[in-house]
Amino acid sequence: MMLAASMGSEPYLILGAILFTMGAVGLLVRRNALVMFMCVELMLNAVNLSFVALSRELDDLGGQIAVFFVLVVAAAEVVVGLGIIVSIFRRRQGATADDLSVLKG
Amino acid sequence: MVEQIVFIIGALICLLGASGVIGFRNPVHSALSLIATLFGVAVLFIALEAEFLAAVQIIVYAGAIVVLFLFVIMLLGVDQTDDVGFEPLKGQRPAAIVAGALLVVGLIAIIVLGAVTGESSANAKVEPLVPNVEQLARSLFTDYLFAFEITSVLLVIAVVGAVSLARHRREAFIDELPHDDIPEPESAPSDEVTA
Repeated sequence: MMLAASMGSEPYLILGAILFTMGAVGLLVRRNALVMFMCVELMLNAVNLSFVALSRELDDLGGQIAVFFVLVVAAAEVVVGLGIIVSIFRRRQGATADDLSVLKG
Repeated sequence: MVEQIVFIIGALICLLGASGVIGFRNPVHSALSLIATLFGVAVLFIALEAEFLAAVQIIVYAGAIVVLFLFVIMLLGVDQTDDVGFEPLKGQRPAAIVAGALLVVGLIAIIVLGAVTGESSANAKVEPLVPNVEQLARSLFTDYLFAFEITSVLLVIAVVGAVSLARHRREAFIDELPHDDIPEPESAPSDEVTA
């Protein structure tokens, strides 16, 4: 079970930071609503990775519990978010976020 | 040594998948790259001795969430590729990349220069000899029982919301009007009849 000579959490945290940034940049750069949503999932996963790394670093199971709840919330969020996206794009063509400018003054 | 090799492989899978999510024009390819990233994160979870979360990551994310994404992509039509060249807000894309570079530099500086502080856990200590699932279950059904029960309420709300969003209603299609002028009030013809 225990791996000999564990690495410490720093590389995992750095990887989490890079993944989070890639998700954030993708969210800002892409225009397709579905791809933007995938980038949100990417950011959630990056934070999950940091949680688990710190859970091992601090020898505390709370980080893994937090990841469990993040998974549940992510599932609920995806269901509702995709429902909204489907109901928006069923009535108009083009799946880019720029088309949704009804509220623009 | 073993962990280093596993970490390098997992990190490579994650980074390649993440750049695929951002880079591919076709949303289907982005979704498949997202699966690669999720698998990489699951591998890293195993390296971090969180076996239950690795299994749940595969089952929930790769098995349910990405399939849902693919389902919606198929439903909306796969031919809607982004034209990456078009930029509706001038200068937004370079600004986003600069902001992302600043963010990653700042985060890595914090991680490298700082140190992880905090006491080791008092009531949820990781015991090396007890299986991971058993420890998680004990913690989840004792200390976090209320949060766990609230989760079920959240899932019920999500199901109800999804059903009510997906229901087909004719009168909801107001956006189909292509013109901007305000439609005639409904009461006008009935007034004529009464007069």
